[in-house]
Amino acid sequence: MIDDHVIFRRGVRAELEGRVTILGEAGSVEEGARTVLALRPDVVLLDVHLPGGGGVEVIRRVASTRPAQRFLALSVSDAAEDVIAVIRAGARGYVTKTIGGEELADAIRRVHGGDAVFSPRLAGFVLDAFAGTMEPAAIDPELDLLTAREREVLRHLARGYLYKEIAHRLGISAKTVEAHVSAVLRKLQLSNRHELSRWAVERKLVD
Amino acid sequence: MKVMSAATAPALRRDPAQGIAAGVCLGLARRLGVDPLAVRLAFVVAAAAGGLGIVAYVIAWAAIPAPAGAAVPGARRARAQVAAGGGLLMLALLLSLRELGLWFSDALVWPVVLAAVGGGLLWRQSRTSPLPSESPPRAEVAAGVYRGGFGVALVVGAGLLFLQTNGALGPARDVILAVVVITVALALVLAPLLWRLGRNLAEERSERIRSQERAELAAHLHDSVLQTLALVQKRADDPRAVATLARRQERELRAWLWDPGAPTPDASLAASLRAAAADVEEAHGVPVEVVTVGDAHVDDGTIALVAAVREALTNAAKFAGDAGPVALYAESADDRVQVFVRDRGAGFDPAAIPGDRRGVRDSIIARMARHGGHAAIHPAPGGGTEVELTLENVST
Repeated sequence: MIDDHVIFRRGVRAELEGRVTILGEAGSVEEGARTVLALRPDVVLLDVHLPGGGGVEVIRRVASTRPAQRFLALSVSDAAEDVIAVIRAGARGYVTKTIGGEELADAIRRVHGGDAVFSPRLAGFVLDAFAGTMEPAAIDPELDLLTAREREVLRHLARGYLYKEIAHRLGISAKTVEAHVSAVLRKLQLSNRHELSRWAVERKLVD
Repeated sequence: MKVMSAATAPALRRDPAQGIAAGVCLGLARRLGVDPLAVRLAFVVAAAAGGLGIVAYVIAWAAIPAPAGAAVPGARRARAQVAAGGGLLMLALLLSLRELGLWFSDALVWPVVLAAVGGGLLWRQSRTSPLPSESPPRAEVAAGVYRGGFGVALVVGAGLLFLQTNGALGPARDVILAVVVITVALALVLAPLLWRLGRNLAEERSERIRSQERAELAAHLHDSVLQTLALVQKRADDPRAVATLARRQERELRAWLWDPGAPTPDASLAASLRAAAADVEEAHGVPVEVVTVGDAHVDDGTIALVAAVREALTNAAKFAGDAGPVALYAESADDRVQVFVRDRGAGFDPAAIPGDRRGVRDSIIARMARHGGHAAIHPAPGGGTEVELTLENVST
């Protein structure tokens, strides 16, 4: 768990007690990257705002030696560029710090299992980012457009539905919902849509 | 102290783009509020009178700044060539006037020309000199000193030349004239200094205002946050009140940190929905998670929509608030707004609403219908109720 607020780390530790094993804690980019490489946890709980470059920098440092490391971003920040930036850097999910212990443990398990975790807010940001028009010639439909089904899944996430509720509502399996969300995550990380690129450039992800 | 009328008249600026030569006459005319033609005629008449107008024009050219952005950066060399060319033309003109006899006397005109060039240089330097707080590069300082010294030398030299050629250095009868000339020369030398001093004072003042603003903002922030913290401590035994206080403070802080220029509720649908959610949250102590995608303008239809949403949120908070946060999702796209309000309560059957409970029927369903919209209430999977509001033909 990497977060620069000791009190917050203590609170999360108490809430996750008995649900998830916390291997270690760190309070800065430097310490965080070192700890992750030493302990090799299944999932890293990562604060978006950290002294020394933010969560994005931790992901970058770890990724060079441990590209498969899974990160779940956790933040109080509502700013779209912060959230999108950390997802584009490689985090597999984003939840806000107001999340309850049970839900957080569930999100950690899902990230560990290779799924993506979208909070309602992140789903809203993504719908916003993929809305609007693009130059037809510039579109790579594989990456720059969401399918109708993916859009539908995101809408339900934004409405506060859980995966299994979405599955029930849309008449598909929970696994399919997860596949859709993972596909959106992939597009989010790889698409060249200018809204996404702009956010990335602002956070100095792209040189 | 006399207040200048600069507040109403436009600032004194040349307009090289629209003026005939360097835009001096046009700038003066605008500042004085007269016809440019009158100013131009005045300069032409003055020019015919021994070249005085030309000299005055050159001084004004040097002294009156062009509007910001008018000068082409990096065009130093070109500027120098133009200046040299202009100087030569001026010299030719003066010489022709001398030949034609439109002339006071060598003793008057040449010193005046020299003084004009020197004065122009000094004024120009004071205009472009950097702020004292920023340390200018060495070369620039050297150039400034060189130019300044050159200007002073020219002005003083012109004064001495004038005195000499008039024979005023000897006879006592011209002492008064000498004093006048020296005073003029001193004024020319000192005026830029005084001007610069005044300008720096003004800059200091605006800097002070800026830091004052910062201090006020910080004070405001601390007040609000500390206030909330004090309240939280006081009401520590009431978790719901504490949560409500914390969320309100969080909202305020977020708005201040990340959306300083966010649209006001009367301009944006998303903002009015957020405001409605905040009100309900505060009134009932139930968190409302708001997610909006896109935005729409506020008109009769969206105002009704917000009112219906407010009613739906209130119902959810009242009857399902204990079961967890209420989710509000609004999506505006392609002339259509869709809003979903979802709670996780026990749920209820809309058909079984008693006739005396008019809230849902009147405030939500009928209101939406009146504005060409549609409302649907259905149980949500996993428990709870979802109110779905749709409004078509909205300007997004």
